[in-house]
Amino acid sequence: MRQDSKQASKPFRFVSTDRRVREDRRFVAGKGNFVADIDLPNMKHVALVTCPYPAARIKSIDKSAALAVPGVHYVLDGHELAGATEPLMTGLETPNVPRRPLAVDVARYAGEWVVAVVADTRALAEDAAEQVKIEYERLPYVLDAEKALEKDAALVHEAHGTNVLLDKTFVWGEVDKDFADSPRHLSLRVKWGRSSTVPIETFGVVANWDPWREVLDVWASIQMPRYNEQISNALRLPGTGVRVHYDVDVGGSYGVKRGIKNTILVGYLTRRLGFPVRLIEDRLENMRGGDAHGPERVFDVEVAFNDEGIIRSMKMRALDNVGAYAGRSPFQLGKPIGAIVGPYKIKSVQYRAMAVTTNKTTQEAVRAFGQGPTNFAIERTMDEVANALGIDRLEIRRRNLVRHEDFPYEIPSGSVYDSGNYEAVIDKVLAHTSYEDLKARRDALRAEGKLAGIGIAACLEPSGGNATFEAMLNPKINTSTFMDSCRIHVDANGTITATMHTTSSGQGHETLVGTVVGEVLGLDPDRIRITRPDSLNSLPSGTPVGSRMAIVLGGAAFHAAHKLKDKVTAIAAHDLGIPLERAVYANGSVHDRDAPDNKRSWADIVWIAHRNYHRMPPGMEPGLAVSHIEQVPGGGNLPTPDQRVKMYPCFSFEFHLILVSIDPDLGAPQIECYRIGHDCGTVINPKIVRGMTMGGIAHGIGAALYEEFAYDDEGQLMAQSFMDYLLPSAHEVPPVEIIHHETPSPLTVLGQKGSGESGYLGSAAAVANAVNDALRPLNISVNTLPLKLAKLGDAIAEARSR
Amino acid sequence: MRIKLNVNGKEHEVDVEPRTTLLDCLRDVLNLKGAHAGCEHGVCGACTVLYDGVAVRSCLIFAPQAEGSAITTIEGVTPAPGELSPVQDAFCETHGLQCGYCTPAMVLAAHSLLAGNPEPTREEIVEAISGNICRCTGYAQIVEAIALAAERMRGVNRPTEL
Repeated sequence: MRQDSKQASKPFRFVSTDRRVREDRRFVAGKGNFVADIDLPNMKHVALVTCPYPAARIKSIDKSAALAVPGVHYVLDGHELAGATEPLMTGLETPNVPRRPLAVDVARYAGEWVVAVVADTRALAEDAAEQVKIEYERLPYVLDAEKALEKDAALVHEAHGTNVLLDKTFVWGEVDKDFADSPRHLSLRVKWGRSSTVPIETFGVVANWDPWREVLDVWASIQMPRYNEQISNALRLPGTGVRVHYDVDVGGSYGVKRGIKNTILVGYLTRRLGFPVRLIEDRLENMRGGDAHGPERVFDVEVAFNDEGIIRSMKMRALDNVGAYAGRSPFQLGKPIGAIVGPYKIKSVQYRAMAVTTNKTTQEAVRAFGQGPTNFAIERTMDEVANALGIDRLEIRRRNLVRHEDFPYEIPSGSVYDSGNYEAVIDKVLAHTSYEDLKARRDALRAEGKLAGIGIAACLEPSGGNATFEAMLNPKINTSTFMDSCRIHVDANGTITATMHTTSSGQGHETLVGTVVGEVLGLDPDRIRITRPDSLNSLPSGTPVGSRMAIVLGGAAFHAAHKLKDKVTAIAAHDLGIPLERAVYANGSVHDRDAPDNKRSWADIVWIAHRNYHRMPPGMEPGLAVSHIEQVPGGGNLPTPDQRVKMYPCFSFEFHLILVSIDPDLGAPQIECYRIGHDCGTVINPKIVRGMTMGGIAHGIGAALYEEFAYDDEGQLMAQSFMDYLLPSAHEVPPVEIIHHETPSPLTVLGQKGSGESGYLGSAAAVANAVNDALRPLNISVNTLPLKLAKLGDAIAEARSR
Repeated sequence: MRIKLNVNGKEHEVDVEPRTTLLDCLRDVLNLKGAHAGCEHGVCGACTVLYDGVAVRSCLIFAPQAEGSAITTIEGVTPAPGELSPVQDAFCETHGLQCGYCTPAMVLAAHSLLAGNPEPTREEIVEAISGNICRCTGYAQIVEAIALAAERMRGVNRPTEL
């Protein structure tokens, strides 16, 4: 395993210290630069006409009444758009499942966009949208993933011949033998409901075509890899014909802000019409047709274990309902391969990944890219194994954990867990809140007549992705890097500018870059300017996905800063007339190791680099500008023929321990106590990591208890607004005690691991396990998320009446 | 229609369609971009402004309905360009935000709370922001920011202890 040649060591001066987050100042003053804040002269607005049926053939579209509305400029249908653009990029080889911004001939889910209306204002566009008359012929539809697999199921895409997009079985290790050799087997079905991260800002995009410079300028609330490339491909523009502005602040994303269809739509319109065009989804468009739903997954898990509870083998089938079209969503079945055994030493695994289309809204990437649901399935199984054996649930986990001395630890699917000390994290949490005390509290609640349960979840956060899960699911893809970059420039005044090359949605990446560059150079991070050049001025960035920025952008910033430091040192050594090895860089100046007073200040060195070429080392470039493109640490290989691959380089660990009470009459769960032990290696900014973990826990609580894009039998989305899709408020998120532990990664420059998905990886599992522990005295279990109050109340009432 | 609006202590005469929401009027007509549209049906609270000092949802009010009242937006509580109010500064100190989209509304909700309750309990803070949804933070650092701001604001006129 590659160890980074340069790894910083403690004590840090800025890293890990409780510094403010530089981005915060503009946001608390309402001075973010969100896409809806961008007003371009003569900009026009888009509203959408959507299909009211889950499946329908579009027989005719009458635009005349809409076009007659004063202030309306254009009414666009799917045929015109499809004739002028390429289908949107998909991950799998499914040419007969084309995805386009507007439906062509057939609409495949209720809420799918059929016609776009362009008008002077959004309100006018909405008025006119009501005047568009569309004649539909209703078609058979299918909503349920398992029904979609049946022979006579309605086909979402007739030309594809089946609803199955992906059905791939992996076998790692001697699964059959391990099952045969194990005295005990247990099988379990659990379901993860269709929820999502639902940012408070909907997706928005503004595009402006400049015909004289032949550039399409794009401002978008985007979080997506290869955005500019996808735009140029779909709009048939050269790569240099698209300029994405990365200085747009994104109002939350957590994976889902991938509005490529919105972008192609307005990109086409601005080129067709000659003025800037903007589409800001309203909440209904966002929830129904924004293609931002998360995984909806049925897991069938079977494990083989012995009487001591040592789990030897696991078979898992994950069936995902990806909705009407395939974007990257089937790949969300791929990422969990990188941590398919969780933090446990399970020797062999059979994993069947299935993705099917249905007549529901299209699925998009959601925080943790499928790992959250998988962790939920694994952790529910751990509890049931413990219950089957009558062994304590914490003890079962301890018996199966990868131990500190096992690292680096290779799992059956080929990933190598870089480092960890899971038992130490658990012990730290228990030292803080004793397990016995928690049990006593639970039992006291039970004695009061309440249902009460303890929830445990021990989960991994694979971080720093190198995207090789793509090649696992689609052998035609041979991507083996997921790089990020940083450029540093020192101007003639001696002030420093460092760059990053993507948008952010609240993760504090400017603070990350400033902190790391400041740490390496020994200079105050707050005096380093961080900019986000547009895509035509940018180096490659994999964008903020897969908990990768601290690792890969942090690595890029670290190495770029070292290149700068090396250059500064070389210039000073030459000017001092001393050998390079005697030159010591310290906080911006360079001195002679043997004569510390013999030195050059930062200002001296900057002057030489900018003005005195005659004082530079021979052959060295003038100026002080460096850049670094960072490969994913430890990555770079494609899957082996036996379908194993090293995926994510770093694995953060989290251990949730919670207490939940349930009023047996109402069925309303209440979180009484929430503790989490969290280890993401070296923490670069404690405020940011804490916020990520807390936010992730809140998302997980939502997914476990409240949030669901529920459909009725007619294929209508029932949760179309925040009245029906319930987001946790400050009342629903309990106080949480986070207990930090730090096991540095040997692979990264500061020992850091990812934390962008922390909390979310295990909170839903912990809540589900707590609720099930609470229900055990009633001899019932609930394994379908979300555990909504009504369902839970009914289940409890039924069990009590027995 | 022409209406007069008092926003951040200044009188504005604006021409709007009667159906224009206060939110759209603030953003699109008065160019005050700090109030954000989240759901536009009164649940998420991202559009919060102060209406005679009370936190309200500007997406549920038509601009003409705001005539005769004092409207305060996030731009109105920011003391000067580059300067933060104690509440804004406390949000920075605890990192009571991430993406910043719900933040101006949270800050205004906090201002509204602290104007009438200088020493709120945790429960009172939670209640005051329970109509504002944040998807990033899980609220902990927001609650801490408001408690910190309250503490600092209570101490403003205290003599320095030596």
